[in-house]
Amino acid sequence: MAEGELHIEHLHKAYGDHVVLDDINLVVEPGEVVVVIGPSGCGKSTLLRCINGLEQIQGGRILLDGEVVDGASKDIAALRAKLGMVFQSYELFPHKTVLENVTLAPTVVQKRPKEEVEAEAMTLLERVGLADRAKDFPRQLSGGQKQRVAIARALAMKPEILLLDEITAALDPEMVHEVLDVILGLAREGKTMIIVTHEMGFARAVADRIIFIDEGAIVEEAAPADFFDHPQTERAQKFLRTFEYEK
Amino acid sequence: MAEYLPLYVQAFWLTLRIGLVGIFGSILIGLIVAMVVHFKVPVLKQIAGAYVELFRNTPLLIQLFFMYFALPRMGVPITAEACGMLGLALLGGAYMAESFRSGLEAVESIQFESALALGMTRAQLMRHVVLPQAVTLSIQSFVANIIFLLKETSVFSAISLMDLMFVAKDLIGLYYKTTECLVLLVIFYLIMILPVSILGTYVERRLRHGSFGPAGA
Repeated sequence: MAEGELHIEHLHKAYGDHVVLDDINLVVEPGEVVVVIGPSGCGKSTLLRCINGLEQIQGGRILLDGEVVDGASKDIAALRAKLGMVFQSYELFPHKTVLENVTLAPTVVQKRPKEEVEAEAMTLLERVGLADRAKDFPRQLSGGQKQRVAIARALAMKPEILLLDEITAALDPEMVHEVLDVILGLAREGKTMIIVTHEMGFARAVADRIIFIDEGAIVEEAAPADFFDHPQTERAQKFLRTFEYEK
Repeated sequence: MAEYLPLYVQAFWLTLRIGLVGIFGSILIGLIVAMVVHFKVPVLKQIAGAYVELFRNTPLLIQLFFMYFALPRMGVPITAEACGMLGLALLGGAYMAESFRSGLEAVESIQFESALALGMTRAQLMRHVVLPQAVTLSIQSFVANIIFLLKETSVFSAISLMDLMFVAKDLIGLYYKTTECLVLLVIFYLIMILPVSILGTYVERRLRHGSFGPAGA
């Protein structure tokens, strides 16, 4: 199996009797950008959390490069290092500077030499337009800047797949663009990504494939143009109408 | 009064040495106990809880007496100095544990997840992400504990350690210069504790409410 190939087979996730995800099957090829959309509470964020083992699953299996992802296993840390995750609420480490946030995991987890990691981190910060803020602490940054640092931090681990969990949902509208531009750039470079978002314009622009989830199941799966222009199912049509306004 | 000074200085270093070792030990014990309680480690959690209650609810003097007089009879030989250090570490550990535990509770669980998602192991994320934040969040009670422990060193003379209090009492007994000897005692304690207090206030101000870096965006 190629590097960065993700297989999800019959994934079942429940909290007690409450089923969150039911029989999810999904294959993500290297270089592919998959955008997961759906109503709030449909289970799309939970899906991302299952993929890197932050949530235990009750059935099925998730394979990354042919290895089983199991949150309870001893080897989970090594698998997670191959999966970069960016959270809605950034979750930078408040006691570390911007640069230290980016260098911490490569030095601690991958045990790479500090000078090399720092040079790479500066390149990444430059790419997200924040090289001049390297010495600042997260609290001195705006939300959009924090999220760009979080992206640089995830990239510093050179992950095979990037998982983005509603990364603009907590941002002021004028900051959404600066963050999404970074992601569009990554997509153009062929970075494998699974993106959960409510930004439909962005989803359409960035996705190779749209996965529409409702009530814990994949309802529709299509190329972006097909999905947004000709949604096949009634549920997808209804969902897409919620983004339209009429006077 | 000048002729007493060397005795005071000697006692000052002894008191400070026991104080520092004791405080260092209390931080170690406190961190371990706080984690055991916070992560609800079975069995150890109950032991840790009992330890905290025992040492927080009995006077240091009695704890010291117990260690100094009872332990040797139970076949554990212990010097007065080791007794002082151990006593302070155990007493302080109980207080530090409570303060670190409240700090740990204040670190949001999604910070754990964000460190896990980067591939860190539990030990790595505790050391690099969670504990530094927990200690910062508990800095106020942490500094208060250090000052409290340094003050508690004044009971060491009870187990025949020649600390500051011992020297002062000794000199008063010999020369009846009560006021002078007590003034010196106060001065030496101020020399020991005031810098901690000032430094603590400074650090607290910088790290208020667990926020990091200079104020303002």
